[in-house]
Amino acid sequence: MSRIQELFKKKNKQVLNVYVTAGYPQLNSTVPVMQALEKSSADLIELGMPYSDPLADGPVIQASSTIALQNGMTIKKLFEQLKEMRASVQVPVILMGYMNPILQYGFDKFCADAAAVGVDGLILPDLPEFEFENEYGSIIKKYKLDFIFLVTPETTTERIKRLDALSTGFLYAVSSSSTTGKDQNMSGVSAYLQRLQEMKLKNPVLVGFGIKDKASFEAASEFANGAIIGTAFIKALEGASDVAAATEQFIRTVK
Amino acid sequence: MSTTIYQQPDAQGYYGQFGGAYIPEMLHRNVEELRNQYRSIITSKDFRDEYQSLLRDYVGRPTPLYPAARLSAQFNTNIYLKREDLCHTGSHKLNNALGQILLAQRLGKKRIIAETGAGQHGVATATVCALKGIECIVYMGEKDIQRQAPNVARMKMLGATVIPATSGSKTLKDATNEAIRDWINNPNDTHYIIGSVVGPHPYPDMVATFQSVISEEIRKQLKEKTGSELPTHVFACVGGGSNAAGAFYHFTEEQTVKLVAVEAAGHGVESGLSAATTRLGKPGVLHGSKSLVMQTEDGQVVEPHSISAGLDYPGIGPMHANLFASGRGTFLSATDEEAVRAAFNLTQLEGIIPALESSHALAGLHQVDFKKDDVVVLCLSGRGDKDMATYMQAMGV
Repeated sequence: MSRIQELFKKKNKQVLNVYVTAGYPQLNSTVPVMQALEKSSADLIELGMPYSDPLADGPVIQASSTIALQNGMTIKKLFEQLKEMRASVQVPVILMGYMNPILQYGFDKFCADAAAVGVDGLILPDLPEFEFENEYGSIIKKYKLDFIFLVTPETTTERIKRLDALSTGFLYAVSSSSTTGKDQNMSGVSAYLQRLQEMKLKNPVLVGFGIKDKASFEAASEFANGAIIGTAFIKALEGASDVAAATEQFIRTVK
Repeated sequence: MSTTIYQQPDAQGYYGQFGGAYIPEMLHRNVEELRNQYRSIITSKDFRDEYQSLLRDYVGRPTPLYPAARLSAQFNTNIYLKREDLCHTGSHKLNNALGQILLAQRLGKKRIIAETGAGQHGVATATVCALKGIECIVYMGEKDIQRQAPNVARMKMLGATVIPATSGSKTLKDATNEAIRDWINNPNDTHYIIGSVVGPHPYPDMVATFQSVISEEIRKQLKEKTGSELPTHVFACVGGGSNAAGAFYHFTEEQTVKLVAVEAAGHGVESGLSAATTRLGKPGVLHGSKSLVMQTEDGQVVEPHSISAGLDYPGIGPMHANLFASGRGTFLSATDEEAVRAAFNLTQLEGIIPALESSHALAGLHQVDFKKDDVVVLCLSGRGDKDMATYMQAMGV
């Protein structure tokens, strides 16, 4: 059983997944932020691998990627930083990123190196199911990494079932069709989340996009297993000299 | 015309190893809707009738195939210019924008977004939106807004909203990112009119199909002028590659026809300020498809450079990547300086001021040894009015 599956076995309500861009705000802040997230009882960590042309991200996360790239972050550096990560971080860790940098690193080598440093799963928003099934899914499975597909309110029921069947770990329910960081009215998405709940999916569901505080986290968690916070946390880290303190302070406003 | 690996992609949008649809789930419904419907819509009688009549009466097609006597004499061969610069709005871009607005209408879309580099695609899109009374938003790199002021003014006059893209190199690549994000945020009522043969499947195929009117006409016109439908060479500039796709389309399976694509070398291929994708790029994923992409060792997309805003793009369409990788196409490059020189050469020999994009194709003529009886067709994709500031600078005016 993977670390992510174990987590959901132990806890299936109000699971908090926090996104942070690797190498942001400083090149070497990646692991300290992860440690602080674990200490503040985040249940999962989603590490963004910065990319120059991120299509699904809003301006805040894109800006954090630009800074991380300026800081010198690369996939190779990230794996070096994560080498000792498991000595101090026990929660599941997911890498989120776009295909192009991974293809240049080498897809097989990327999965091998990710698994070797203790990464548990991948979110690659621009890898659709056709390419997953035909080329990349078997490599991901070979290294026992979970792969998390996204669904949106526009995704048909049939397709949700299909993406759920292909996913392992959890299913990422985007709260509305949008880039990250758009404010959402969580009550407006409850019907969609209820629809997911009634489908009795194989995977737990975490809600992302537009979750920023305790109220939106709890509203999103009502009809799902938990939620993912990204933009609001990136904003909280902006200009922070003590990333651990900023992290702990932010998570206290959510949990 | 038979379906082949060069001309059309497979069911998943692949031209050989290039193409596909690498898109976030948020775009899936839109892209799937297009993929399921575009073929049946654009082949329907109703669509074809309206498209053909507007191509004739509004765009001004067929555009002439002009035998350029003095240019031919200079190269001691036979050069024909396919005059896409004479299309309404001044470039081939209207062929595609018109096709897509008719498609968007039939899909019930109420809002159009587009990206533009030199502004020609933006002007074409703003024009067809005015024609059909549909809201138009054009994303344009901040740098391109500055260097293409006449086209920005035209778009605004046509009623479009021009939104500057301020990230990255502030050019076409970034305008494309912003347009895609707009589409993600407005999935229901919006159609994205992509201006080149790039983007997720079915865009490269759809845009190439709309532009294929260029090579269809070339074949007919050449037959009338020379007795043969087939030239020995077809030249076109390539940024994303829409005019080249249109000029090559009906020749891709004619192995006797050399397909010559000319990319922008900027200050020189190895100068660090270039947009010569086939020389500098590697297979990668950009803007929704797998193609050749200029990028760092770590897979970050590099900021390209060309004096021509329309060629200032770090990738090429998957159809072109396949032509390059298979050896079916010949890919040359021309520097900023060579392009400007070629523009002045054409202007003074033939009285035609070409767009800077087309000037790259013209500069490519200097790199090929022609025989006296060769028949060379060059796609003159646009007119140079928009580039007068650059030409004036070259003249020291």
